[in-house]
Amino acid sequence: MYKVRVGFLAFIILCLGGCQSRGDATLYQQLGEEAGVEKLVDVIIQKIGNNKQILPYFKDSNISHFRKGFIQHLCSVADGPCQYTGDSMVDIHTGMHINERDFNYVVELLIDAMTEVGLSTPVQNRVLQRLAPMRSDILLR
Amino acid sequence: MRKAGYILVILASIFQAHAWAGDGKILATPGVAQAEGSGGGGLVPWAQLAGYAASDEIALNGFCSRAQVSDYRLDVCGAQLNLYDRVELSFARQKFDVPALSTQLEQDIIGLKVRLYGDIVYSAWPQISAGWQHKSLKDGAVANLLGAEDTSGDDIYLAASKLHLGALQGYNLLWNVTARYTAANEMGLLGYGSASEGKSLQLESSAAVFINRHWAVGVEYRQKPDNLGLKEDDWADVFVAWFPNKSFSVTAAYVDLGTIAGAPDQTGWYLSFVGSL
Repeated sequence: MYKVRVGFLAFIILCLGGCQSRGDATLYQQLGEEAGVEKLVDVIIQKIGNNKQILPYFKDSNISHFRKGFIQHLCSVADGPCQYTGDSMVDIHTGMHINERDFNYVVELLIDAMTEVGLSTPVQNRVLQRLAPMRSDILLR
Repeated sequence: MRKAGYILVILASIFQAHAWAGDGKILATPGVAQAEGSGGGGLVPWAQLAGYAASDEIALNGFCSRAQVSDYRLDVCGAQLNLYDRVELSFARQKFDVPALSTQLEQDIIGLKVRLYGDIVYSAWPQISAGWQHKSLKDGAVANLLGAEDTSGDDIYLAASKLHLGALQGYNLLWNVTARYTAANEMGLLGYGSASEGKSLQLESSAAVFINRHWAVGVEYRQKPDNLGLKEDDWADVFVAWFPNKSFSVTAAYVDLGTIAGAPDQTGWYLSFVGSL
């Protein structure tokens, strides 16, 4: 009986934690606002440029256009003072046939980049949480 | 059953030759190797399939684990093959030392798991898998002596898992719930069923928090039947797992296995290594 209690208590504590608030700062502020988002996107672009697996997806891309769109998109997704005006995620990724593996590779490049610019694990997870629902617009289009 | 292990290695070698060895899942999301060889936590088979294979890849893992409690020691080694993140095949050999009787019980387990729905990270609903474990004792003398009906048995289970990004104060939370239909006494090491008891439904669950992408801490709970009337207890553990990269992981745990074959308070340590091709 003792073990039953410990097991369920641990489970309840974990669940309660999930319901608590995340503080007042917007994710945009936690990312370091404009300078932070720009720095993050630059590191991601650098990592994509060095990745043989992912770089081919960008062979027809205008990098400065991609950079501008990604900064605006991240700013908007993170509740920053921006409105994303670029093409939809579906339109951008249609014809790219991105599979599960390469999608996850890019997620890991993003995590690497966020680690490199010094974002904490909770801030990284908030970014991933905001971006994760877009997967179905990106995968296998 | 030793053949099953070789077959896994041969199958994987064929696929390996085509350089399809999978690493397309996100670090740590496949979990580790469970005591019966399935992908999971240490005690509980999870809905995730073992190995880093994404939907167009295959992956092969090898693992070895040791649990040392007050009066017993369990060593398990085995292999896990993931085919296209749809099917998991596993093989495990358990060696259970009983120093008081100067004896060792040996059991082989082959496992099959099929992912029915979802992805633990991305799908709206939890990932769901169904699994089967066929277990067979090499020597059933101890099991028979204790009143077990059979020396081999089949468990079937249904598992649900979900990883919630940032759910616990910004940290990722993973949970799993598994329902297992089984007649196994002490996981089958003491045989299957008894003269009066057969299969029953048992619930198992796990919860873990990722401190960062490389480290997870968690708890597990595994309900067990008491078919032999030996006060068989549920099992529980508290674990920490380290995923330095996709080739290797280490899990350490404090385990509480309760009363085993009349010997109470079987607590101790668990250590497990998983390596990927």
